[in-house]
Amino acid sequence: MQPSDMSAVDLVTAVRHGDLTALRATEAFLERIERLDGQINAFLSVDREGALRTAAAIDEKRKKGQPLGPLAGLPVAVKDALCTFDQPTTCASKMLAGFRPPYDAEVVARLRAADAVIVGKTNMDEFAMGGSNENSAFGPVHNPWDLTRAPGGSSGGSAACVAADMAPVAIGSDTGGSIRQPAGLCGITGLKPTYGRVSRRGLVAFASSLDQIGPMARSAGDCALLLETIAGHDPGDATSLESPVPPYGADLDRPLEGVRIGRVPAHFGAGLCPEVAHAVEEAFAAFRAAGATIIDIDMPHADAGVATYYLIAPCEASSNLARYDGAHYGHRAEPGRLHPAEPGGHRAEPGKGSGASGGGFESALVEMYCRSRAEGFGPEVKRRIMLGTYALSAGYYDAYYAKALKVRRLIRQDYLDAFEKVDLIGGPVSATAAFKLGEKSGDPLAMYLVDLYTVCTNLAGVGGISFPCGFTKGGLPIGFQLQAPALAEPLLLRATDRYQHLTDWHRRRPAIAARPR
Amino acid sequence: MTATLTAAVPFTTVIGLEVHVQLQTRTKLFCGCATTFGAAPNTQVCPTCLGLPGSLPVMNRTAFELAVRAALALGCKIAPFTKWDRKNYFYPDLPKGYQISQFDLPFSSQGALEVVDPKGALTRNVRITRVHLEEDAGKSMHDETAGTGDTRIDLNRAGTPLCEIVSEPDLRSPQEARAWLNELKLLLVYLGVSDCNMQEGSLRVDANVNLHIPCDGGRIAKTPIVEIKNMNSFRSVERALVYESARQYEEWQATKAEMGKTPKQTRGWDDPAGVTRAQRHKEESSDYRYFPEPDLVPVTVSEEWLAATREAMGDPPSVLREALAATWKIPPYDADVLVNQGRELVSYFEDLAGRVGEGKVASNWMQQDVLRTLNERGGSIDDFPVRPAAVADIIGRVAKGDFDTSRAREIFAEVLASGRTVDDVVASMGIAAVDDDELISLCRELLAANPRVVADVQGGKEQAAAGLIGQAKKKNPNVNPGKVRAMCLELIRQM
Ligand SMILES: [Zn+2]
Repeated sequence: MQPSDMSAVDLVTAVRHGDLTALRATEAFLERIERLDGQINAFLSVDREGALRTAAAIDEKRKKGQPLGPLAGLPVAVKDALCTFDQPTTCASKMLAGFRPPYDAEVVARLRAADAVIVGKTNMDEFAMGGSNENSAFGPVHNPWDLTRAPGGSSGGSAACVAADMAPVAIGSDTGGSIRQPAGLCGITGLKPTYGRVSRRGLVAFASSLDQIGPMARSAGDCALLLETIAGHDPGDATSLESPVPPYGADLDRPLEGVRIGRVPAHFGAGLCPEVAHAVEEAFAAFRAAGATIIDIDMPHADAGVATYYLIAPCEASSNLARYDGAHYGHRAEPGRLHPAEPGGHRAEPGKGSGASGGGFESALVEMYCRSRAEGFGPEVKRRIMLGTYALSAGYYDAYYAKALKVRRLIRQDYLDAFEKVDLIGGPVSATAAFKLGEKSGDPLAMYLVDLYTVCTNLAGVGGISFPCGFTKGGLPIGFQLQAPALAEPLLLRATDRYQHLTDWHRRRPAIAARPR
Repeated sequence: MTATLTAAVPFTTVIGLEVHVQLQTRTKLFCGCATTFGAAPNTQVCPTCLGLPGSLPVMNRTAFELAVRAALALGCKIAPFTKWDRKNYFYPDLPKGYQISQFDLPFSSQGALEVVDPKGALTRNVRITRVHLEEDAGKSMHDETAGTGDTRIDLNRAGTPLCEIVSEPDLRSPQEARAWLNELKLLLVYLGVSDCNMQEGSLRVDANVNLHIPCDGGRIAKTPIVEIKNMNSFRSVERALVYESARQYEEWQATKAEMGKTPKQTRGWDDPAGVTRAQRHKEESSDYRYFPEPDLVPVTVSEEWLAATREAMGDPPSVLREALAATWKIPPYDADVLVNQGRELVSYFEDLAGRVGEGKVASNWMQQDVLRTLNERGGSIDDFPVRPAAVADIIGRVAKGDFDTSRAREIFAEVLASGRTVDDVVASMGIAAVDDDELISLCRELLAANPRVVADVQGGKEQAAAGLIGQAKKKNPNVNPGKVRAMCLELIRQM
């Protein structure tokens, strides 16, 4: 069996038992990246040498009888929004082209400590803003199931590289659906954990109160393996939860008898593609067959989810992205000479004594800011910065941001009420299967609606998982989403694993992945 | 323009102060970087205070505790729930593009700090609007050399914990403002909240000032409020306010402009020139787009924790003044002088007073000898070489009549200069108690040599005996003047 055909769980077992070397496993995936990624563009950087060096060191460790980490020899692709001290971290933005952070994200550090092999950094929508991966400054990712289609976003590179077997597992981040939606469109399994379950330290922030890192893999079992390593309290992230990490893989095969899954009739409205609706209903039937009870429930404020999300996320983003101003790092406009002459400049902050002495400095400074940001950010990022800046401005704050916070509380309450009646909420991930590259890129509003089924999970801070539940007639994967109360990841993974035990959608590979050498 | 105001000024100066103090923590407010002053630029930084992508803040619990201590001492209400907010603006010394501060839910509000007007017994209660915590920005240094106009940024200070204390406009004169600042500083230093070193930027003051001018018909005209910045000492604050009051009065006489018709003006204090100068109008256009900081969790404060903090914080100066006066039976003036020198000096005094047993004597020695020489030498009382035991020893020997106070001062000076013990110094100076036989023969000698004095005393002018004391000291520096006088009078009476 080729390493690229093995599950992550089997792969680490094989390495631990000496049936497979970490080097061989790493080489196998690097080969596939070399062969396939020219067409897919899932990676922004591949650290071939570093990965081989790490793999060799793990094999050496094993030979010496030293203890191996739980992910020993497992190649992992990491979304380029997570800081890696030895590889560039660009967030797919010209603003951070070539930027090398001086530190590892907490999740990356945990992966390394677990003896995982980081093979490269994956493509994404710029600063994680988008649902198609077309907002990357370094070109879009192509969906392995149909290269003319989008893989979804923003973790499109992570989803596509797993779908095309260029990595057995990948790390993504999910602010409004950025793990689940591309997982759905690429036919893989992706988990957005409860807010605070995985440390955000070193994840380049998009919207701090919504961002969450999670595993993307071919199966629930592989997601569980990865989650067990990356989850857990981090004193360096004030929003990280202190609750202990359970063994996520331990309880997967317990039957679903007695589990209540909520179904929201409103999900099946006019916007939902009939093929998707059919596959999703079939999945509910499969869960029923597996012993679960399906109960129709109401989420009264779900309608306001997208509007609420597109206020809160841009507001936080407008502030989070203020640091990219050309002054300290990242892209700086080189105007030849920023003329320090004219007075009349404007220091933006009046409250301090150590201010500038001359207006000339200030006008040159403002010019540098404006040009650096104009050149460094792409149009979607600028759009959201403007949206957020507007919504936080004096006179608009109450009407937009403050109101959005109120609706967010209502949405959260919807979930609390729902989880009184059910253990999980099921439904579609996206209204359609993968759309064509360019199909929605001219229409930001249409693009925002791709998040319809996923944003409320983030607004409520609970967990969600997406996995394949069928294919369109055209051969594109269709995703199913489960959502669970805070910290109910074991149940999310168990339900998905039980479903995957009964079905083989998650085993299907795109033609490009199966193409013989 | 004359900047001198007399008590007869035809207006009331209304002043409110905004004070930023740097908290005395080892590390910054949201990261583990040191806060040591004077380190080489950009050596006390990390991803968090550099605002690097992906970095996150974690609140420094000690900073919060120090700030709460200050607020408690100022009689503020402590909010059971407080949150952090982002104040957004662009500037190179603000690497994140926002400052983490507190906007609508500061951790404390509604306190007060009394000040005694320096001119008299009037005590003024100055209300505190709010006290909140925030992080400092870095420092921009504009390099004017070679006409490049380069700006260098030092981020060592970025993220340093600052406590902002905002008063109501309750102060009524520049002198009172200065006195209030002194009292505030003393309080914060006592509580170990801040070293309040203005030179190192640990304490910064902005003042809001305007005038209330009585007009015909009992109407009060209020001049536009001006915010004064860039004052780098309490003396500058007083001078700036004196200047600004006079300037506003002149302007009012010329324009009759009143508050509310123009936006608040900001003026910078030019210390060498002794004037305030208008800065650009900015307030009206600035919008900081405050919103809750999503990277930090709100802070909840329990009653138990507050009680423990209150317990641990020690007495504020106002309480200590009263306690000292009552315990050691010293006048309020003495207690004030001692307390204003800081907690260490008070400890020294209490040690000394305890050994001497007489508060007033100890207080006199503190003020006339210890404090005077300490001020001449500089340094802290803890490093002062003459410890309370030695001073008490000297005072005790004076009480026993071994030598007089002026001799004692010489001994004190010599102990201080030489670092030797009191015994050593007394011995080396040839100071030995003069016994009665010695004293009698010395006095006899003096009377024999001064028949005129003897005659005067016998004629009823006892004060003439004073002339003998100087001569006695010349013959034997160890004699006690009081004893010489008494002995001479006794011998004359026996004649
Ligand atoms: Zn730091």
